[in-house]
Amino acid sequence: MNEFTSSFWSWYIIVLTVVSLVGVAIFLASQRTRRLAPGEKAEEMSHKWDGDLVELNNPLPSWWVNLFWITLIFSAGYLVLYPGLGSFKGVLGWTSFGQYDSEMAKAREKYDPIFNQFLGQPVEQVAASAEARDMGQRLFLTYCAQCHGSDAAGATGFPNLTDKDWLYGGDAEAIKASIANGRMGVMPALGAALGTDGTKQVAHYVLSLSGSNHDAGLAAAGKPLFEANCAACHMPDGTGMAAMGAPNLTDKVWLYGGTEAAIIEAIEKGRAGNMPAQLQALGEAKVHLLAAYVWGLGGGVAMAAPQPAPAAEAAAPAAEEAPAAQ
Amino acid sequence: MEATTYNYKIVRQFAIMTVVWGIVGMLVGVIIASQLIWPELNFGIPWLSYGRLRPLHTNAVIFGFGGTAMFTVIYYVVQRTCHVRLFAEKLASFTFWGWQAIIVLAAITFVLGISTSKEYAELEWPIDVLIAVVWVSFAVVFFGTVIKRKTPHIYVANWFFGAYILTIAILHIVNSAALPIAFFGGSMWKSYSVYPGVQDAMVQWWYGHNAVGFFLTTAFLGMMYYFIPKQAGRPIYSYRLSIVHFWALNFTYMWAGPHHLQYSALPDWAQSLGMVFSLILLAPSWGGMMNGIMTLSGAWHKLRTDPILKFLVTSLSFYGMSTFEGPMMSVKTVNALSHYTEWTIGHVHSGALGWVAMISIGSLYYLVPRLWGRQEMYSMKLVTTHFWVATIGVVLYIAAMWIAGVAQGLMWRASNPDGTLTYGFAQVLNQMYPFYTIRLLGGLLFFGGMLLMAWNVWKTISVGKAVNDAPIPAPAHA
Repeated sequence: MNEFTSSFWSWYIIVLTVVSLVGVAIFLASQRTRRLAPGEKAEEMSHKWDGDLVELNNPLPSWWVNLFWITLIFSAGYLVLYPGLGSFKGVLGWTSFGQYDSEMAKAREKYDPIFNQFLGQPVEQVAASAEARDMGQRLFLTYCAQCHGSDAAGATGFPNLTDKDWLYGGDAEAIKASIANGRMGVMPALGAALGTDGTKQVAHYVLSLSGSNHDAGLAAAGKPLFEANCAACHMPDGTGMAAMGAPNLTDKVWLYGGTEAAIIEAIEKGRAGNMPAQLQALGEAKVHLLAAYVWGLGGGVAMAAPQPAPAAEAAAPAAEEAPAAQ
Repeated sequence: MEATTYNYKIVRQFAIMTVVWGIVGMLVGVIIASQLIWPELNFGIPWLSYGRLRPLHTNAVIFGFGGTAMFTVIYYVVQRTCHVRLFAEKLASFTFWGWQAIIVLAAITFVLGISTSKEYAELEWPIDVLIAVVWVSFAVVFFGTVIKRKTPHIYVANWFFGAYILTIAILHIVNSAALPIAFFGGSMWKSYSVYPGVQDAMVQWWYGHNAVGFFLTTAFLGMMYYFIPKQAGRPIYSYRLSIVHFWALNFTYMWAGPHHLQYSALPDWAQSLGMVFSLILLAPSWGGMMNGIMTLSGAWHKLRTDPILKFLVTSLSFYGMSTFEGPMMSVKTVNALSHYTEWTIGHVHSGALGWVAMISIGSLYYLVPRLWGRQEMYSMKLVTTHFWVATIGVVLYIAAMWIAGVAQGLMWRASNPDGTLTYGFAQVLNQMYPFYTIRLLGGLLFFGGMLLMAWNVWKTISVGKAVNDAPIPAPAHA
């Protein structure tokens, strides 16, 4: 790979660097003077400033000159061995890309088998393995904790992964898909469509769905607006739709806060949640382990689904059954 | 008619503001050090958030405190070593008001969240333009004074001041080149760098490292070259050494910037050049320390009793330490551990507090009595106390950051048998609290020392009388 648009720039760097190093060396050599004899005093320069400022002219301390030479010689040697002089690659042929690739290849060879051993097992089975849980937790702390928190309990805008409330479904496949491919949760801004009063009315209707404090009159006025504008994603009963990532509004689990102000803000300005895709960066084996770890945090839902998909309904009051690894 | 007295008024103005900005800048430093321990100390107010106060701290101490200290010293030293009154005094007065305005504007705009986000060059373009104007005026005053000097030779301190003024002008103008969006109907207070991508990073750190090199090193070496021989009453050790390290330092510093971008998107060749020239920089940097320390030979006994000399010599020790540490940290293998850790913060503060602040404080304790017609500071005992408080403060600060930084670097790279990281980011952060607390204590001590100084300066001024008739002696023609 060549960073230079033409060989002129490579030569520009080479010439400038070599001339500089040689120039510094010549300058240093030219300043060598004889050492003072024992007891000999350095001459005083014949300049005087501000009454009493004068200068002696001691020779350069030889340890200092030698230190200077050592750094110059080291540098010349380094530039022969490593890239530095324009597009000259250096005798060792080292590149940062090369070092990265070889370290990654070594790591893959050493570590891939450790991760791959779980790839053949279903997520639920992996989740039961203590070893896999430990590995998953370490991966989680490295790649996920920044948003979801070290205890996976989330924060405003970042879902809690330890409860049974899932935006996109809590079975093994849904969780793995969320991690592998990411999710884009889009709540469109409806402020302009609903107007200030309409927004407030809808907000109170939404509050009423979960039995939160609300103004009954406003909620009643908001109901038809909700049905016209919101029900397509959140469903007429407000229980949400996992396929769209549309949250259930009838529980008391709020991603962006459940106050009147937070709900009005969500309706007025919309929300855009973004879970970045991890598959390309981590590879399937690690995604698989992470899925098992998250599934096993306490909210994981069984795959075979005799019960209706939005199993999240009972979520809010549900106590943690599985021990949440923390 | 030729002036027969020196202009001390401008020196006094800058001297007072040096103390003021030192206190402001270090107070903000103490606040953000506290926020790292207790994040809620921003009280949820955007104006007080860490991201806005941090550039306020760095700019207030570097350009407010350090820059004002340099104006103080340069206007004093250039007159006295050239044996002439300041050239273009109205312009000099403009540099005072202009520079103060810049710092006030910096404080306001940073708190409002206006920033280019280029480190040490965060000020937006209207203020950058003002800096350029003030700086060119500064150059006119300084070089004008040097040109009309009465001495045949230019004193060594003035070489360093000249290099400082010239290079900072170039660095500031090149790195601040930006396109204001106001030209396209946008806000007055936003611009984008004219350099794209990695070139922008390279230009930024060419500037950033030379801000350290020329603002915080070259300039303060000039300060050292006046106040150490003056306070010690000894001749400078070696004229030859001063020449060699002056040219070698200025030439080599210009190359060292890429070491801030090791293991980044910068091409390998540029990283290597940044590293080797940083190593070559070691001897030239130490040349200044040698010349200062050897100047004391025959006057070492004065160190026991003279707190001003204590400040000056201790600052040289910290200078020597951090200019050794810097080249080592630029070695790629070391950098792989140290980069992005608290170690860097420790390194910067061993230079900023240990070297820059301590030599400035020592020089001010020399200057203030002379500017207000006193033999010495109101309380020399308090100067000694200040010295010990400040020294303990710096040592606590940098020791805490060294340990924290190395621990952080090692924890970040520790891995389990399966290749996963042993420690999560938050776990490492959790280990930092004791060290953050020690750092805060060190910072508080240093800040407390500045308060002692302010009181001492205040008392000295109130018992003294401004000197406006310091006579210009005829230069000696030895």
